[in-house]
Amino acid sequence: MVEHGDIRVVHRGGSKINFREPVITHDSRYLLCASGECVKVFSTSTEECIHDLRGHTGLVTGVLLKPSNHLQVYSCSADGTVRLWDYTDGILIKTYVIGYPVYSICASANHEGVIFIVTPMLSDKRSDLFQLVAVDLPQSGDQLVEARELSAVLSDVSSNPAAIVFGRGGEYIASANGLHLEVYFFKKQKPYRFSFKEDNKKGGKNTFMCVACHPKDDCIATGHEDGKIRLWRNFNHKKEYTYSTLHWHHSAVSSLCFTPEGTNLLSGGMESVLVQWRYNQESERDFLPRLGSAITHITVSPDGALFCTSHSDNKITIIQSCVKVSAVIQGLVKGESVRTDMMVDPRSKSLVLNGKPGHLQFYSLQRDKLLYNLDIVQQEYIHESGLEQFEVVKAAFDASGSWLATVEERKQKDAELELNLKLWAFDEQTQSFVLNTTISAPHEARIIAMCFCHATDSQTTMLVSTSKDGHFKAWQLAAPAHTEADEGPSWSCDFVGSYHGLVPECCCFSADGSLLAVSFQEVVTVWSPASWELLTTLSQPPKAVRDLCFGRLSCSKYLLGTTANSLLCCWNLLTCSLEWSTSMDISLLLADPLTENMAAFCCQAGSTDLFVFKPSEPRPVFSQKAVCSGKVTRAVFAPREEMLESCEESSQWLNHSQLYFLTPYMDLMTFTTKAEEDRLMASSKQLVIDDRVAMTPFYLLLGKHRQQEDPDSVSGLSAERRPLPQCSVAIKELLQTPAHVLPSTSFLCSMFVQSLLISVTDGREETKHAEEEMESEKEEEDSEGEMESSTQRQEQAPLGGQAAPTLTKAQHRELKRVKKLDHSWFAHLLHS
Amino acid sequence: MASFKPTKVQVYPKLGEKVTQDTLYWKNYKAPVQIKEFGAITNIDFSPVAPHNFAVTAFTRIHIYGPFSQEPVKTFTRFKDTAYCGRFRSDGQLLVAGCEDSVVRLFDVSGKVALRMFKGHTKAVHIADFTSDRYQILTGSDDYTCRLWDIPNATELNTYQEHTDYIRCGVTSKLNRDLFITGSYDHTLKLFDARADKSVMTMDHGQPVESLLLYPSEGLLVSAGGRHVKVWDLLKGGQPLVSLKNHHKTVTCLCLSSNGHRLLSASLDRHVKVYNTTNYKVVHNFDYAASILSLALAPDDESIVVGMTNSILSIKHRKSLEESKEISGQQRRQPSYRVFVKGKNYVPKQDDYLVSKPVKQHLAKYDKQLKKFNVSKALDTALETWTRLRKPEITVAVIKELDRRGTLKNALAGRDEQGLARLLNFLIGNVVDPRFAPVLVTAAEMILDIYQSVIGQSPVVDRQLLRLQELLEREIDYQQDLLEVLGMLDTMFASSLPRKEVPCPGASRANGLAQGESSISRPQVQAT
Repeated sequence: MVEHGDIRVVHRGGSKINFREPVITHDSRYLLCASGECVKVFSTSTEECIHDLRGHTGLVTGVLLKPSNHLQVYSCSADGTVRLWDYTDGILIKTYVIGYPVYSICASANHEGVIFIVTPMLSDKRSDLFQLVAVDLPQSGDQLVEARELSAVLSDVSSNPAAIVFGRGGEYIASANGLHLEVYFFKKQKPYRFSFKEDNKKGGKNTFMCVACHPKDDCIATGHEDGKIRLWRNFNHKKEYTYSTLHWHHSAVSSLCFTPEGTNLLSGGMESVLVQWRYNQESERDFLPRLGSAITHITVSPDGALFCTSHSDNKITIIQSCVKVSAVIQGLVKGESVRTDMMVDPRSKSLVLNGKPGHLQFYSLQRDKLLYNLDIVQQEYIHESGLEQFEVVKAAFDASGSWLATVEERKQKDAELELNLKLWAFDEQTQSFVLNTTISAPHEARIIAMCFCHATDSQTTMLVSTSKDGHFKAWQLAAPAHTEADEGPSWSCDFVGSYHGLVPECCCFSADGSLLAVSFQEVVTVWSPASWELLTTLSQPPKAVRDLCFGRLSCSKYLLGTTANSLLCCWNLLTCSLEWSTSMDISLLLADPLTENMAAFCCQAGSTDLFVFKPSEPRPVFSQKAVCSGKVTRAVFAPREEMLESCEESSQWLNHSQLYFLTPYMDLMTFTTKAEEDRLMASSKQLVIDDRVAMTPFYLLLGKHRQQEDPDSVSGLSAERRPLPQCSVAIKELLQTPAHVLPSTSFLCSMFVQSLLISVTDGREETKHAEEEMESEKEEEDSEGEMESSTQRQEQAPLGGQAAPTLTKAQHRELKRVKKLDHSWFAHLLHS
Repeated sequence: MASFKPTKVQVYPKLGEKVTQDTLYWKNYKAPVQIKEFGAITNIDFSPVAPHNFAVTAFTRIHIYGPFSQEPVKTFTRFKDTAYCGRFRSDGQLLVAGCEDSVVRLFDVSGKVALRMFKGHTKAVHIADFTSDRYQILTGSDDYTCRLWDIPNATELNTYQEHTDYIRCGVTSKLNRDLFITGSYDHTLKLFDARADKSVMTMDHGQPVESLLLYPSEGLLVSAGGRHVKVWDLLKGGQPLVSLKNHHKTVTCLCLSSNGHRLLSASLDRHVKVYNTTNYKVVHNFDYAASILSLALAPDDESIVVGMTNSILSIKHRKSLEESKEISGQQRRQPSYRVFVKGKNYVPKQDDYLVSKPVKQHLAKYDKQLKKFNVSKALDTALETWTRLRKPEITVAVIKELDRRGTLKNALAGRDEQGLARLLNFLIGNVVDPRFAPVLVTAAEMILDIYQSVIGQSPVVDRQLLRLQELLEREIDYQQDLLEVLGMLDTMFASSLPRKEVPCPGASRANGLAQGESSISRPQVQAT
């Protein structure tokens, strides 16, 4: 086996953006959030990712604006460093090496040059106890600084960053952990502890979830597991402290936040409702319901104009002061399990898998951006834990991407399984999928596999689904028997097949759609979809078939199957005999739709190996040991936007399409070649996103003009059109000067118009000379008349300036010669 | 912030027949007028001239009804025995009828006494008709003969003795005065030409022929006998075109719609079927209370008249235009609509700046309650009388939605006697409906769980619970019977279907792997 040095497995997109609370910059233009090993800077108006702050080698666990300089930002990471960045330019300014993994960071303006970080207890590494440590940041010019001056402030704190907060400009710090709230006053150097019992009588759970401090008042708000919010006052006394309770949430309050002026308190939780409580008038509250999924963090911009909520479905919502959602930054939703397989939408070439509950997400791999969510279930999602709701479990696209089939199911404990098969047609007008047919209870039991007939030239589209009830069904698009004007074609069952009462497992259509292979335990049955005749059966060695795949293109005569007892078999369909077989524990076999290549993920000793091969050739095209640890069960070949022209044998299989796979830890990985990476680096350097121009009506006007101008300049008229440097300067001056310092409009107007006029000195001279020539021929006009006419010309010239005839160089020279002659002759005449 | 997604009310497939142009046309009749006659109605014939009275032959009388009268406008009672086949002449002036006593009588429609009596047959005359020149009469009798009579002289012109059994039907050509066709119980149809002395064409129907019908073009002939309706092409020498077998008892009468595009057949199985005459598919079906002996359509299909064995005459009149409009008028918009629509149809000009207003989502009453998480109220709104009775699928959808939200128990609990009675009423009405059963069974179980402690406190609720129990027991019996039938059918199908052999290359060798190895080794052998 050849080692392929230049093909690498890389992480590709889809990292979490809701891990830690995002930060909105002082001017509310940028949003910074921790995302995997980097910090992403988003624009709050365009939702676009402007740049990544890369440098950390571990998970970034916190982002914090530097209190003394709001153009710089701290980030801490599990790699034991705190880094200081300039986020506008994306430059790393300093790296402070702490030496211990940092779990969260906080700072206040009161404490110059000190940051507070949460690290594991220094004494005991294995216990999950954390402490709050103050770090004196050394003043040094070096980029890499060791920060060793650590002093413990509080021990036994929570690693959750929402549970530690500074109060009233940094006078005290409040930390909640479990059932205790601890308040530490820096002046008195004294902590106060308040505790709850495990459960009160009513069964409410008192565990602290989050803490927020009022910016002006001595008040701490704490959120609890039973949905209560408590407002603590008088907490600088051991005994006489008081608290009041607010209760709206029905499950744990996951985030609390005061607005900068302290007038409102925002809270959110599982219900996905943002609640705004008036401070001191707690009976009045505003709600912003149905934000999509559970709220994990709430942030308010320093001027209080923007709120920002992070959600459990990897989404950040930007809200304009609790009125309306202005922007949504959505990452790839990665739930606990991908129930649908990973697919590629043939139209948009985007990755499709189930995302939000009841939705399919379309995720652009090239741009690392979620394109849209398709609502499959179309039911109100109830945000309540322990409730069984409809889930999308299967989905399939047909070859052209004009049909999408989805299966949703809901299984309650002791109720019947509810199944719906939905077929969606692509609507060219709205550029999205529109529900065409809903088949409720298509099968009596769970649907195991589903596939479309891939033949592109066939007249009818066909879908085959196999189910645990022992049948497989073919669905076909057909016009209704009684044609009515408002009813288009819909899907109906065409054929129900079974084989000896066995449970069908996998199904697969051949490339030309003339054969359907359905596996029943160890038997593979081959059917003809045209007549629904059982053509032949192929039997595997006695273990259930795990995967079934037809070869493509030149290898279309081969049918490959993998079995549970680690065997890969390849049948020749022309002779109906086994061509070859090899012993491999293959967890996933899939075919590249564009080439003959097949990829097999082979599970061996806790890690996965990849083999890429052609069914007709004995040697694998490519193989890589230990692609990742654990078993790979989801992978997909995504076609490339532009083909690579790699002629190296080992990387040729990546020319047409790219292989993406999901690791057991739900990381999206892919294979890249060195050349491709270099190209990507180069292009990312060129990429500059200018979002400085705000979307104002004036910008729209100008933008339109600019767009209109562009084709003009392209069409070659630019030669005639002269640049207008002065006038643009004048417009700039006019627009940038405040209105009250400008002179009167009447005065300005003439100036303005004058500035728009094109200077035509050259043309004017030429016409003048031509005139002189004419006059010289007539020899009658006096000089005054000549002057008059010439001034007339001067006035007219600007109007007709553009229409002035252009002369060739030869003519020009000729004219100059004539002019010289003229002058001498004219002067002569004057003298005489 | 996403908007509230309303409850999905499932669209169930409409049961029963599909709505087509034909069903609309043939359903557009009023409720039938039923008139009791003295005996089985054997023949109905419409007068060809306005006002299109019709003659109904029943027992020993012939009644003539006006187009809209419930009482006969005229009655002919001068029959010694059962009368048969009262038919109008093409000018509507004369009426001929056969009789069980073998005498054929000719009446003036305005008179009372028979104008002529044609005596010559020896047995009952079941068929009598005028020829197209209006001066002759064709008769067919149980004495196996058919005869032609001259009206002015009341003399017999000709006798044809070709049939070998009763002649029960016959029809004369409207285009040629010499041609007529008779059908007999000897299974044959014979086309006679009065200019020749014998039949010119014979067709075999296969069953005793009960009725005959000529198309207006007279190129096609339709015959009914036994369960079959057959169409013959006369221009091709009597070649059979189609054989229809849509009735399950003897077809007794045939009729053509006024435009000639639909054929109607009536049968002893109490059905009238309407066929499309281009493809001979059944497009509509009428049900009647008793076996049908006679059927006639008024000109322009203004009414359908059917006579039955239980001596009831049923007349269905077509709905007038205003009446059919009345139904569609129910969807007429309320007057306030015009107020609301004001300005909505204004088309913006080119320079206009459009200020878009967020579209307010309209929610149904139960959805409004669901949005507020008022589960009991949502169920109450869905159980309102109109919804419950007219659109049970909405009620079921709300119950299903509540179940999905895990709050169905809360919604069902805490009801008083009236509320519980209403709920149980709905369950009794719909729980056995296969479309709703999966949802309602869960709800019924929950109700029994919740309210088992209060059983015996209210007689109303107790009665309903007993009814529910009865209903379920009956349903269980039905299901058991159905399963038995299914089992029987399965055995029948299994034994009747031919067993098909599937080619299986691996069948001879149990292990596919061994087979694979041998196929791999084969090329090596060839190479060496």
